[in-house]
Amino acid sequence: MWRRAARTGWGVGVIDLDAFAAEVGAEGPVTITGVGSRGGAVPGVRTVQAPSGIQWVQPDEMIVCCGAGTPVDELVAVLAEHHQTAALPCGGTVGGALSLGQADLRRLGYGPVRDVLLQARYVSAAGEVVKAGGPTVKNVSGFDLCRLLVGSRGALGFLGEVILRTRPVAQCSQWFHREAGEPFEVFTQLHRPVSVLWDGTGVWALLEGHPDDVSAQAREASLAAVDGPPPLPGGSRRSIAPASIATIPGRFVAEVGVGTVHHAEPWVPPRRSQRVLDLALALKHEFDPLGRLNPGIDV
Amino acid sequence: MNEALAADLRAALAPDRVRTNATELGLYGRDASNIEGSTAVVCFPLTTSEVQAAVRAAHRHGVAFVARGAGTGLAGGAIPLDHALVIATTKMNRVLSVDPVNRMAWVEPGVLNLDLTRQVAHLGLHFAPDPSSQQSCSIGGNVANNSGGPHCLSDGVTASHVLGLEVVLSDGSVVQFGGEAPEEDGLDLRGAFVGSEGMFGIATKVLVRLTQNAPTVKTMLMDFSSVEAGAQTVSAIIAAGMVPAALEMMDQLCVQAVEAYIHAGLPLDAAAVLLVEVAGLPAGVAADTERIVEIGRLHGAGAVRIAKDEAERALLWKGRKTAFGAIARIKPNYYLHDTVVPRRMLPEVLRQVYEIAERHQLLVMNVFHAGDGNLHPLLVFDKREPGVMERVHAAGEEIVRASVAAGGVLSGEHGIGLEKRDFMPMMFAPADLAAQAAMRRGFDPSGLANPFKVLPSAAACGDVQHVPDGAWV
Repeated sequence: MWRRAARTGWGVGVIDLDAFAAEVGAEGPVTITGVGSRGGAVPGVRTVQAPSGIQWVQPDEMIVCCGAGTPVDELVAVLAEHHQTAALPCGGTVGGALSLGQADLRRLGYGPVRDVLLQARYVSAAGEVVKAGGPTVKNVSGFDLCRLLVGSRGALGFLGEVILRTRPVAQCSQWFHREAGEPFEVFTQLHRPVSVLWDGTGVWALLEGHPDDVSAQAREASLAAVDGPPPLPGGSRRSIAPASIATIPGRFVAEVGVGTVHHAEPWVPPRRSQRVLDLALALKHEFDPLGRLNPGIDV
Repeated sequence: MNEALAADLRAALAPDRVRTNATELGLYGRDASNIEGSTAVVCFPLTTSEVQAAVRAAHRHGVAFVARGAGTGLAGGAIPLDHALVIATTKMNRVLSVDPVNRMAWVEPGVLNLDLTRQVAHLGLHFAPDPSSQQSCSIGGNVANNSGGPHCLSDGVTASHVLGLEVVLSDGSVVQFGGEAPEEDGLDLRGAFVGSEGMFGIATKVLVRLTQNAPTVKTMLMDFSSVEAGAQTVSAIIAAGMVPAALEMMDQLCVQAVEAYIHAGLPLDAAAVLLVEVAGLPAGVAADTERIVEIGRLHGAGAVRIAKDEAERALLWKGRKTAFGAIARIKPNYYLHDTVVPRRMLPEVLRQVYEIAERHQLLVMNVFHAGDGNLHPLLVFDKREPGVMERVHAAGEEIVRASVAAGGVLSGEHGIGLEKRDFMPMMFAPADLAAQAAMRRGFDPSGLANPFKVLPSAAACGDVQHVPDGAWV
């Protein structure tokens, strides 16, 4: 059954993509912002905002449809009424989370953000509403444009309305800690943990599932329950091969089994090969030949 | 045959790995679909640089090239058209490295899906996508089609299990998309490449994610007196907040064919059976099993058979995975369809599938990934019967239309290829198709990588459309 959610939050309740497309238009530089929590608009450029509001929740299909401007926290609250959630990092808007494509600490268990987007209706550089993907979890009808859009930072099109995959909320969810631990030892002891973190000395783990399984796993790995994960250093978010986390210098919290490292010091990511850069630019040119969408944003 | 191209390839590879005899060209002009193409030359590279050399040779001669794995595709994605070069990756079949701790492996594209799982089984790991053809399909083909399988319900399809790719692009350059690091800067070219049906380039190395084997697995079979009751049970299980490892359904005709083949004691009088597998830690598995049985009973399940050991579990799965072979006992030919519908629409769409088959005087059997809403109606027939192919194609098109009309999609795991290329407008408007064509041009401006597939003529600019014999587009 299709159910309209009780709350639609700020913005419009029914999504008017044509109005959003008209606002984006077909000419001149334009930038998009949500609530500005993930970098916000390109300065000095005409700014638009994506429609907001939850269109419907279908708990038995494990999908939800909402405007890209919908706050993630609102989406999570509405899904919680159905004992479900979406694997998006909290804060900001759904469109912002998808456009950046960076998962939160639960990536190990919940998967990357790119696996969440099933269908998108976005506004193209020509000012047209374009559909990518489809409403079912399993779908190989055509090329996977949704995965190209996730993480594209609005450079190929502006997300208007999205259908997302949801997941059940676990019966029990608990963070644990071990004072001194070798990260890979704990990691290999656990069965599909949602998160395992290491700061060079101690290990944290987020375990979910049946309460008896969670406590048995924690016992076997000598983990003690704690309130939550450690504070994350904010100098840089690094992406490295997960096998390399054992040798990182400095102050950090590393996501074991993933390779995301929250480090106190700044970091310059390795440059992609020239051919890959050329390919990314060719795609940008195909989607936005005049470079009007989020100008200056690298692809 | 293209002698100049063949001579170039013989010099670049090795003479015995470049084939031009009529039998082999004929063989490589086909895949597991009913479509037949035309091959200029077939070559079997062993390394990335040999793939690169083959692609460059195709480029020099202005000949299209088609990457081919095991040729198990059902949508004609690997069919060479207009005398294309077939680059078969079957001899690139090594597992290059395995990281058992971080659970990933670099493999060559010709590694067979099940061989990979067998090679990492001693580490307590497996490769999660498990198409029914997993004994014979290759990882490269899985990447091209973004393949699924029964266990993709909880673990996701191939795209969720490919972390990185080494690819030879259509201009012969070698690039890497994604990799061991989780967040590559810039566009997700890895994600875009998976499922591109050989039209963006040729994958020469694949970094796959390996999945921990579950410590506890319960596999059960429930029988129902109606297909609707089985389908409603599927929806109710998901709505109750459970995602079983697999949720498969077979209808009566299929059960009867399978039982005659494997003698597993399947219930021959049931209108439908559900095969449900729950995997994970012991307490969760026990609780979910109990709830699933309860939900099944509420929806009228008769007997519930829980596999008591690994041998019985393997037998139940053998029934599911050999279903397509088992139907040969009924008729010599079959046409397997692949669409997805919202789970709650399963009873209605299945009703339509039976009605469509009856109207076209065809036998239909249903064996499918019910948990994903992924239908696999199997039209069984004898192609020697005059006029039967027309009825098979007409019924097939109606099934696809009924699925899309129910809010579903054209294909869940077989891909579009040639089979459903001209059905793409059922699901996508011209602007949507133009965006997909833009992706294709971005990756392959030459248009030489497996042309004429996926995109219907109006969207695929520059591609001369070719509809070969056997296609029902």
